[in-house]
Amino acid sequence: MARITLEHIRHAYGERPRSEADYALKEVHHEWNDGGAYALLGPSGCGKTTLLNIISGLLQPSEGRILFDGRDVTELSTQGRNIAQVFQFPVIYDTMTVYDNLAFPLRNRRVPEAEVDRRVREILDMIGLADRAKKKARGLTADQKQKISLGRGLVRSDVNAILFDEPLTVIDPHMKWVLRSQLKKLHRQFGFTMVYVTHDQTEALTFADKVVVMHDGQIVQIGTPAELFERPSHTFVGYFIGSPGMNVLPAKIDGITVTLGTDAIALDYRPNIAAGATTELGIRPEFVRLGREGMAVRVIKVEDVGRQKIVRAELGGKPIAIVVPENGEIPAEPRVSFDPAAINIYANSWRVGREA
Amino acid sequence: MLELRDITKVVGGEAHIHPTSLVFERGSLNVLLGPTLSGKTSLMRLMAGLDRPTTGTVHFDGKDVTGVRVQDRNVAMVYQQFINYPAMTVYDNIASPMRIKGADRATIDREVRKAADLLKLTPYLERTPLNLSGGQQQRTALARAIVKNASLVLLDEPLANLDYKLREELREELPRIFAASGAIFVYATTEPSEALLLGGNTATLSDGRITQFAPTIEVYRRPVDLVTAETFADPPLNTFPLTKANGHFVLEGAPVLPVPAHLAGITDGPYTVAFQPHHLALAAQSPAAAPLTVRTAISEIAGSESFVHVEFAGTRWVMLAPGIHDIEPDASITVYVDTRHLMAFAPDGRAIAGPAAA
Amino acid sequence: MEKTWNNKAWFMVLPVLLLVAFSAVIPLMTVVNYSVQDTFGNNQFFWAGTDWFVDILHSDRFWAALGRNLLFSVIILAIEIPLGILIALNMPKKGIGVPVCLVLMALPLLIPWNVVGTIWQVFGRVDIGLLGFALSALGLDYNYVNDVFDAWVTLIVMDVWHWTSLVVLLCYAGLVSIPEAYYQAAKIDGASRWAVFRYIQLPKMKRVLLIAFLLRFMDSFMIYTEPFVVTGGGPGNSTTFLSIDLVKMAIGQFDLGPAAAMSIIYFLIILLLSWIFYTVMTSSDEQA
Repeated sequence: MARITLEHIRHAYGERPRSEADYALKEVHHEWNDGGAYALLGPSGCGKTTLLNIISGLLQPSEGRILFDGRDVTELSTQGRNIAQVFQFPVIYDTMTVYDNLAFPLRNRRVPEAEVDRRVREILDMIGLADRAKKKARGLTADQKQKISLGRGLVRSDVNAILFDEPLTVIDPHMKWVLRSQLKKLHRQFGFTMVYVTHDQTEALTFADKVVVMHDGQIVQIGTPAELFERPSHTFVGYFIGSPGMNVLPAKIDGITVTLGTDAIALDYRPNIAAGATTELGIRPEFVRLGREGMAVRVIKVEDVGRQKIVRAELGGKPIAIVVPENGEIPAEPRVSFDPAAINIYANSWRVGREA
Repeated sequence: MLELRDITKVVGGEAHIHPTSLVFERGSLNVLLGPTLSGKTSLMRLMAGLDRPTTGTVHFDGKDVTGVRVQDRNVAMVYQQFINYPAMTVYDNIASPMRIKGADRATIDREVRKAADLLKLTPYLERTPLNLSGGQQQRTALARAIVKNASLVLLDEPLANLDYKLREELREELPRIFAASGAIFVYATTEPSEALLLGGNTATLSDGRITQFAPTIEVYRRPVDLVTAETFADPPLNTFPLTKANGHFVLEGAPVLPVPAHLAGITDGPYTVAFQPHHLALAAQSPAAAPLTVRTAISEIAGSESFVHVEFAGTRWVMLAPGIHDIEPDASITVYVDTRHLMAFAPDGRAIAGPAAA
Repeated sequence: MEKTWNNKAWFMVLPVLLLVAFSAVIPLMTVVNYSVQDTFGNNQFFWAGTDWFVDILHSDRFWAALGRNLLFSVIILAIEIPLGILIALNMPKKGIGVPVCLVLMALPLLIPWNVVGTIWQVFGRVDIGLLGFALSALGLDYNYVNDVFDAWVTLIVMDVWHWTSLVVLLCYAGLVSIPEAYYQAAKIDGASRWAVFRYIQLPKMKRVLLIAFLLRFMDSFMIYTEPFVVTGGGPGNSTTFLSIDLVKMAIGQFDLGPAAAMSIIYFLIILLLSWIFYTVMTSSDEQA
């Protein structure tokens, strides 16, 4: 296991990057704890896979250094870094049996056969393919193949880190639950440093202790799932995390008074905003109370998604989403109020702290 | 109106589709929900006319179209992969089905612009698909299906290859787009949440069999059997094998739960009792909540809510609890199940009684 | 996945079927006709039954030629297949090197058979050929006209020069279709260069290799033009392959009956061997 330090890493795929826009990965300078479970979360093209490949050594960064436990590994190959990686689409060795596929990384490193057998059997049980151990891997279904890929990533006990590149894309929803909790259990048990790339917020939040939200080649926030949910530091994080995402409403701010269209509400703190900044109010649909008091809204549509209802409405002409519990009612003249503790204020899309 | 009458599909002696009868009304949205290989794609291919059923017939507006080739039916299909003509602009891509039909220039232009507007593609009409994001590419494919003015539009997991957030946005827009078109839409997915967001009707599939077909929310709330309930639960459904005796549900001789009012009428005997993960809570929220002692496994925190994995009498359950709960693993805790929402299934899987509250 | 059947599609292949009928089936029938009859010219034919077949199968000349054919094919395959794979593995995967290599590789394939023969015939001559002269000058006793071994080496080198490219191109096509993730995964699994070849590249190249193997086998087994031009089947009968023998018999001696019988046997041997190779090489696919 290792502590991973990223020192002023930047990467451009082109030969000579001229401007900031040429960088697929803008400056990343961070340290990741030994034994931590990290998720890199963001939409496609945000640079998350680039960063992962830089950590694994499949890609050399244009600038910066990468250290494992304080040792510079920037120049080391993937093998030299001793990491495991699981890819988005199953990579299996067709001609080998399931058992041999799992034993492959161990045998390549000349692990004694008794130890190989013990590890492989353990993994076979974990991924539920013990009864197919002696079968050729070729005949399996896509999700079984992906389980083998996962298993090959987990089979070595001495790795510095295990990296996952959207590993559950081809897995059915029910199986995702099982595999995800197994990964989490494994992390608890063995304390591997794990880095998990995904665009699926549920996967990221449930897997990781710390989620790294990326947008446009930049890290916009690193935080625990709770921090990302309650205090998104950028409106992008608010939008990207949560389903539906955070409501971001244009707002005028004067001291502790926020004016939304014609309505005014009071904050429980005084945000410190630079003059001339574009200001917005962010409130999660979960913290919008629908009732008979507060600001008047016009309900457009109600989506009954089983365990809760999502109400799509308009507040002063701006769309707003409201989450109502399974048995919650929608009044005839609906009004909304916001939980003051859940309000975030943004200036030029960045959050203005409470501490200021 | 699309009607499947007792169709089956057998390939190489193996039944891919067991006898199935279905009726889809004009202007309806129908979701086929089931795991991979449950027969969603096979069924769609039969509807489209890409495959011929082994037995049974397919009728469109009362007319038997079983033997009619797919080219001669008015069908559009959208796939999981983004399939567009790479060398054509978005405009020409959308226009292509109308050009094949030989529509005049003005009509084509009007229809293309209307579809582009509906799918928010107007700014990209002059680009080629490869210069678009995945979401825009799939919107182009959808627009093409819509201008074709097909009477049957089949969508086979169209959002599966898109980013989570894009999926969420398109999911919200799709019902509106479908409603505007008036065609029969059939939408295959593996995700229960997608079916719920889309609404309409849902047919749940399992091993080549339709287990239930009804309005989506109805299937979710009142599944006819255990397989349907399991197919339609994400996180997975929590179940336990209990025996009803003397007003209690009993496990190995020990009473576990009181029998709630809506299940009072069922005969004593063994049942599979099930409930959704959000009906299990850390605190009693109503008088109908009954305590259970469970062993904790891991907890997963998903922003506003937590998934707490627990074990009860050897069975794994998931509790979906609002708020953030990082519970010590391997501890013994008391949780509360809302008995108003219990479902009981007979040993053969048939639903005996659904939850009382809607 | 089951396909929709559309019988109209057969009309599309009709022209080809007609062409094949005229170019292959009808001549073949003629050959069959000749093989069971005897003729002294003047269009007079006598029924000969299976006599010619029995004769051919009992002649040493036939078995010797067949042996030479098999030896030649085995040597050719043993060199061209590994060499082709080796070159394909070392070809660049991207950049300007790709088109350059591909064009260089395709060049020998564009040259007609008889020209290849002529080139090498001249090239290897001790008096005026660059190769032959150079080798002699180095003190090597090289002469493909007189020496059996030298004649064989010349033919083999010529075939390798002419046809290894085909194997290279086919293998290369197989190699570039392997997704990058496979190589990345192998690196991470700590696989050696050999393991990458054995467990990723070879399995993925298997199909194209089968095609390359069959094409090269059939072609080399039917070799005619090059030895005809270069060695004329000599020295002695040492490079007289079945095809050359066949022409000698049919045109040189005008023994149409035996020649026809021999062609049928020849044809059946190629068919049989190709079928055996194909079955053996694809059989491992079925066991999943």
